[in-house]
Amino acid sequence: MSDYQPNEIMTIAAARLLTNEDVCFVGIGAPSAACNLARLTHAPKITLIYESGTLSTRPTVLPLSIGDGELCDTALTTVSVPEMFRYWLQGGRITTGFLGGAQIDRFANLNTTVVGPYDAPKVRLPGGGGAPEIAIHCGQIFIIMAMGQRAFMDKLPFITSLGHGTGKGSREALGVKTRGPTQLITDLCIFEPDAETSELTVTSIHPGVTRDQIQANCGWPVKFAAEVKETRAPDATELSVLRDLHARTKAAHAA
Amino acid sequence: MAEFMSLRDAIAANLKDGDSVAMEGFTHLIPYAAGHEVIRQGQKDLTLIRMTPDIIYDQIVGMGQAKKLVFSWAGNPGVGSLHRVREEIEAGRLAIEEHSHAAMANAFEAGAANLPFAVFRGYKGVDLPKVNSNIRSVTCPYTGEVLATVPAVRPDVAIIHALKADREGNVMLEGIVGVQKEAVLAAKRSVVTVEEIVDDFGPRSANAVILPAWTVTAIVKVPGGAHPSYAQGYYKRDNAFYIAWDKIARDKAVFLKWMEDNVLSSGPESFAAHARRFAVAAE
Repeated sequence: MSDYQPNEIMTIAAARLLTNEDVCFVGIGAPSAACNLARLTHAPKITLIYESGTLSTRPTVLPLSIGDGELCDTALTTVSVPEMFRYWLQGGRITTGFLGGAQIDRFANLNTTVVGPYDAPKVRLPGGGGAPEIAIHCGQIFIIMAMGQRAFMDKLPFITSLGHGTGKGSREALGVKTRGPTQLITDLCIFEPDAETSELTVTSIHPGVTRDQIQANCGWPVKFAAEVKETRAPDATELSVLRDLHARTKAAHAA
Repeated sequence: MAEFMSLRDAIAANLKDGDSVAMEGFTHLIPYAAGHEVIRQGQKDLTLIRMTPDIIYDQIVGMGQAKKLVFSWAGNPGVGSLHRVREEIEAGRLAIEEHSHAAMANAFEAGAANLPFAVFRGYKGVDLPKVNSNIRSVTCPYTGEVLATVPAVRPDVAIIHALKADREGNVMLEGIVGVQKEAVLAAKRSVVTVEEIVDDFGPRSANAVILPAWTVTAIVKVPGGAHPSYAQGYYKRDNAFYIAWDKIARDKAVFLKWMEDNVLSSGPESFAAHARRFAVAAE
């Protein structure tokens, strides 16, 4: 078995969750890497959509921005941004939204807006972009984030996009009919919302990672499922396709 | 009716102190040359509207020309923070009106449609409506569903970069078209820079985005005018510059020196060299 980095198993574990049937709204960064890895390995027919308006795109390198020319060049078609958000996202055409975030809480609400008070921010983050509506209109949401005490928060300073609110039933109470976050893929393990409470619960631990390590990198008391699996280690093909993709991307962005 | 002008005259005639201005282009076709002319002319107290402020507004904010920023995602895509914007917000020196992308896109469309506000399904279970009093709601008269509303975007001026104009002043853009058509149709006045002026657009899709001459105020030919953004079919995005900007903008003194060397003591003609450097290979 080859050696691999924690962020590599995170991307690979996320990619495995995607299928040929998915119509996926893709965020920049780790979500984009995972979605394209899936497309280049087991899910060649997956439909990837970026909020810049590109439908069914097949980039050979990962875009640095959400609207690189590569996305348009390889897309089936490109629509305007109002059309993207109105007809395709709000219209309910997307099965899976793939988000990252700066901070997350135990119910998978995300903060990408601000640390500290909104009017006197300690750290001003970029803001929500497409996330507030992606989180409520896609059939389900996958979140990909590396763990850490400053990222996995007991209480978020600001809720940028809705996960499971304050627990089971929150989404329904707001009139939201989609499932919300169903998987949180991290560099140490995979969480899924508990069927009874919707609290994020560890269901799979990556090889060599301990429960203590997971708890040490999380700001709330971590719940573990009754049966916790071990995440399958990345195989040689997954690793080489991912590394080739990153190498091509790095060369292209430095040009 | 569109008038062909120099960039200096087009900006001077159409953008005044205190105006609200939308320089649009969703990653693609960001009007950098026009933005740099605004910096050279130094219009003050601007309300800057853009879904993704990008480096162009980092530069204008950093030069102290903005009093307010209306936006939905203020980062350097794939790289990190817009350090000038971030510093001004953190210091409380820049007023902000913050939305989601869906809200901004809908608000531009409402502006183009001459409606007072946009209605959409959004902002559920999140904190932005608590800090932005322009995010409100309306009850659907048919179903009773409560829907989110935001005011239409109606800028004094829209500034965009397009691919081509013809000699009559009609404008064409293709590729990732963002909200530029909506921005121009929502604005009182518009300045459009283009890669080239042609006798005839030639073969094209009947559905290419066309802004007829009578919807545009001023047209300026500025080859390369979107660099470090890009122009589909002409030149590629300068991703290396977006990465390099992080270091330039992080320190105010380094930023000001860069602006002096590359913007204040430069002109729109300098953009053509960028276009050649990143030219898409001829087919």
